[in-house]
Amino acid sequence: MNIRLIAEIARSLLLARFKQTLVAAIGVTFSITMFITLLSFMTGLNNMLDSLIVNRTPHIRLYNEIRPSAEQPVNQYESFKGMHHFIHSIKPKKDLANIRNSLAIMHSLKQDKRVMGIAPKLSEQVFYTVGTVDLTGVINGIDPEEESRLFFFHDYVTTGNTADLKNTPNSIILGKGAAEKMMVEPGDVITVTTVKGNKMQLKVVGFFQSGLADFDKVNSYTSIATAQKMMGEASDYITDIQVKLYDINLAPAVAKEYSLIYGTEALDIQTANAQFETGTFIRTLISYTVGITLLIVAGFGIYNILNMMIYEKMDSIAIMKATGFSGRDVKMIFIGIALSIGLFGGSAGLAFGYGLSSIIDLIPFRTQALPTITTYPVNYNPKFYLIGIVFSLITTYLSGFFPAKKASRIDPVIIIRGK
Amino acid sequence: MENALEARDIIKYFHDPVSFQVIKKISFEIKKGEFVSIIGKSGCGKSTLLYILSTMDTEYEGALLIDGELMKNKTERELARVRNKKIGFVFQFHYLLNEFTVLKNVMLPGMKLAERPLDEIEQMAFEKLKILGMEKHVLKKPNQLSGGEKQRVAIARALINNPLIIMADEPTGNLDKRNSETVLEIFSRLANEFHQTLLIVTHDNEFASRTHRIIEMEDGKIISPLHL
Repeated sequence: MNIRLIAEIARSLLLARFKQTLVAAIGVTFSITMFITLLSFMTGLNNMLDSLIVNRTPHIRLYNEIRPSAEQPVNQYESFKGMHHFIHSIKPKKDLANIRNSLAIMHSLKQDKRVMGIAPKLSEQVFYTVGTVDLTGVINGIDPEEESRLFFFHDYVTTGNTADLKNTPNSIILGKGAAEKMMVEPGDVITVTTVKGNKMQLKVVGFFQSGLADFDKVNSYTSIATAQKMMGEASDYITDIQVKLYDINLAPAVAKEYSLIYGTEALDIQTANAQFETGTFIRTLISYTVGITLLIVAGFGIYNILNMMIYEKMDSIAIMKATGFSGRDVKMIFIGIALSIGLFGGSAGLAFGYGLSSIIDLIPFRTQALPTITTYPVNYNPKFYLIGIVFSLITTYLSGFFPAKKASRIDPVIIIRGK
Repeated sequence: MENALEARDIIKYFHDPVSFQVIKKISFEIKKGEFVSIIGKSGCGKSTLLYILSTMDTEYEGALLIDGELMKNKTERELARVRNKKIGFVFQFHYLLNEFTVLKNVMLPGMKLAERPLDEIEQMAFEKLKILGMEKHVLKKPNQLSGGEKQRVAIARALINNPLIIMADEPTGNLDKRNSETVLEIFSRLANEFHQTLLIVTHDNEFASRTHRIIEMEDGKIISPLHL
């Protein structure tokens, strides 16, 4: 009953100053709209940029660095034990790029509960032979299915189908840039020469576009079996094992562990792409800061309007107190006014924010770098809407609190005596 | 008869700009059903005394009992409750809320008290307005009424919770002769027909002469508690 009465009085006071309260509410609406739009757009962009790298990058990559063996033969020679060795011109061994015992490693990785999936890869330097010109390039032998499932390979294949790598023997998917240089179309056959001199004819079944132009000019994909055949290696010859974990945050710890168990290099995604997390964090921080700043400005507006309302309604407050309303009731009335401005302004802000982000979502945004993106990316995370409404209620409560406290302390005697 | 209100040795100081004793040890009582007026010249402390008696001013020495209950040491909320339930106010200025209709204005203290259902409060408010001849104006807003009419609505508002005592501070101060007469008649009728306890502060001797008892004040003291 009391609450209803207070709500009714608050409503009447609010409607009596409808234009002013409307302006105050519009202030809140505007800031919440901008807050929602900014966050949706910023995180949309963040996610897109992250996915550019994070989605395609294995959480852990197992590989062998090409380097000289740490254990040189002279060390094993009994007669020279405990002596200092001078060895000149040590050269790395080629076959070190191969991960030894790769089948067993992959089998063991698949048993690990933290691992979502693994994809083997074989990277090799080659020359694409076009007429008399040899273009340097890198051929990646992959498992098309696993590569698509774990690293969204199919998203970047703009022409053709990833399954063709498996279905068509001796097929290749060329980087867009490389294909343009060679002036080939799907269906054409190109000649690839490995560093060791092996030549092979490969049929172009598609193009991919990764978003990184330099990468596309050099790289191409083929099935792992084709790559092994091309290099004349056995079917256990792979250079990389790409691991995707369920929890990306475990990557550094797990990488260290794998490095010890399997005796290979293990590079985690955090180490490889440290700058991305920083960028994401800064962009999110900026969005929140701008949103909150706008809200604080709107809060000052509400503070002003309530203060003015209290001066105008001094008489009404005095008579209410004289006729039995306590200071607490008066405070609740004005806080009620502030909160309803926050609630209505904030809700309208959520609606407008949603509308504005939907409009941004429709604006065409085509870039060479991002073949899968056609419009500006927007993230409709309900979290932002929740934060938005909670923020608007908190700010309006705080901006209403001090004027309301002042109103509750008005001494009716002073007002009535003053007349 | 029982006392509606009792003041014992009330002393009040003003401290701004210099310490000054406004009320100098005033004691008196008002019995239930009495129609009392306080008169005195401007600045003799009669309004100040009324605000102390009304519980709105709490900075005083001495004891104030309303309906036999001591008002000292009550919290702000408890005092608000006392004013709501036991005291009706009429001021020189009407203090009606322009946002509400006449009927709602009268109902507000009743709704705050919340001892009756809303439709009953509405019915009572209508009856009070009828007693004051304002039943035709119930749905108007206060700013559509004349000064005299507003004051009558304010009296109806003071009556809504059937208060123990009605306190009025110069209720005719802002009104012309004819409206003053109406208000005075209303107060007389409330006292004589409904046996309403009334305490009126006024500087109008003619008004005072028609009350049952006049308390005359001068310089913060009662000089003549006359019984007429």
